[in-house]
Amino acid sequence: MHDKQVRRRRAVLALIVAVSLILLSSYFGESESGPLHSVQRGVVEVLSPIQQGASTVLSPLRDVAGFFSSTFHAKTEVAQLRSANEKLLAENAQLQQYRITNKQLSQLINLDTAIGINSYRPVSANVIESDPSLWYDQIEVDAGSDQGVHTGQPAIGENGLVGLVTDVTSGDAIVTLITDHTLEVTAEVQDGNGNFGVLQPSVGNPSELVLSDLPNQANITDGQMVVTAGFRSGKLDSYYPPDIPIGIVSNANEVTLSSSGTVQVSPLVNLRHLSVVQILTKPQAGTTRASTVP
Amino acid sequence: MNVSTSFVIRVVALGFLAVVIQAAAVSQISIFGVSADLSPLVVMSVGLLAGSITGALVGFGMGLLVDLALVQTLGVTSLLYIAIGYWSGRLRELRDPAHELVPLGMGAAATAVAGIGMALIQFLLGVDAPVSLLLLQQIFLTVLVNSLIALPVYAVVRRVLTPALPEDPRRRRRRRYTTGGLSPLKRPSEGLGGAVRSVSR
Repeated sequence: MHDKQVRRRRAVLALIVAVSLILLSSYFGESESGPLHSVQRGVVEVLSPIQQGASTVLSPLRDVAGFFSSTFHAKTEVAQLRSANEKLLAENAQLQQYRITNKQLSQLINLDTAIGINSYRPVSANVIESDPSLWYDQIEVDAGSDQGVHTGQPAIGENGLVGLVTDVTSGDAIVTLITDHTLEVTAEVQDGNGNFGVLQPSVGNPSELVLSDLPNQANITDGQMVVTAGFRSGKLDSYYPPDIPIGIVSNANEVTLSSSGTVQVSPLVNLRHLSVVQILTKPQAGTTRASTVP
Repeated sequence: MNVSTSFVIRVVALGFLAVVIQAAAVSQISIFGVSADLSPLVVMSVGLLAGSITGALVGFGMGLLVDLALVQTLGVTSLLYIAIGYWSGRLRELRDPAHELVPLGMGAAATAVAGIGMALIQFLLGVDAPVSLLLLQQIFLTVLVNSLIALPVYAVVRRVLTPALPEDPRRRRRRRYTTGGLSPLKRPSEGLGGAVRSVSR
């Protein structure tokens, strides 16, 4: 009797482990349009209304927790924000001057340099689900192909770039965040020289990004803004329009910069507390896009 | 262990609700910079209450649901949760721990297995991005936060499942001792039982 139980237990265990391994290898090996991916999209579509309802019902709970969390961090933030405010006021005065000069120069050469977000046809969407794992930084939003959302479109938050749409159903979409290890963004440092590199997440440290492939002699200092480069090479376009803010250079160590060409960047958007994002449904007018996503 | 339909329904509802609540609310609440993860705690609790086979099966099902609902690589979370459910169940079958803090320790262990296991599998599948040592800190903080909520989660799972759990002879025996019954050393034999009762009357 006991032997029979042990045999049954081992058989069940072996069976479900085998099924898991088969699923893993099949999923990993198949294309985005494969049957397992299709099933996954179907499940997401079915669960989406439930998640939406649950998100609405549980929003008071989130708000209460958010209130306590915010209060806890408020004291530290006040000191940081005061310091940042003083710095920004000084920068703002300088930028105002640049703006006036830029406007005059633009009019002279007849170029429309307006980078209004409206020209990218933004679609607002609520975050209905987010992924807690350290390895999959994704959110699900309540706008999909019915609203004109397609894969490869960038998503922005209130302060800057959030991520890229990587999966779409009719009513919702999955946005992979810039802190996900599968995403890379070509980014430019606003250091006066326009040095650009590849922005990657630092796995395990969601509050930092790493800007790599920078020129070794680049004169980059802490506090400089990092924006999307939005390159175009022939028919190839970047996924992202140019000049969308991404973050601030938080650690530009000269030794690291000259030896490995990297600096650390803090994202402007708090990716752990997203509630609304905008998806740019017409980010570029190009045809074929250069992809940095595997 | 024979399971009833009521038990299956309760386990399925519990797993589904846990994943929905996790995705819709818990994952957006940040404590020490990380979010709690209910799923490994629920799998661990089911294993501790219902045994290894049930624990492993629930781990497989919940892992699959997590992978499907959160658009992750299918099979990864299932593999990890099978291990968590199975070993929680084996602990119950081999040791039958009765201490009240066992779910806390098991919750920490389950979260550590989920965090470290996920990292190992991701490394095996290939990671292009640089990996920070802070990953270990994040895993540690998640273990800490999950330990804090392990006891309430276990209590909720026990409350939901206990009415539908099949009666376990060992627990029935233990309950009898703790509620004033005699231990096997003091208990009279079946034959003497009647005599003792008649004498005491």
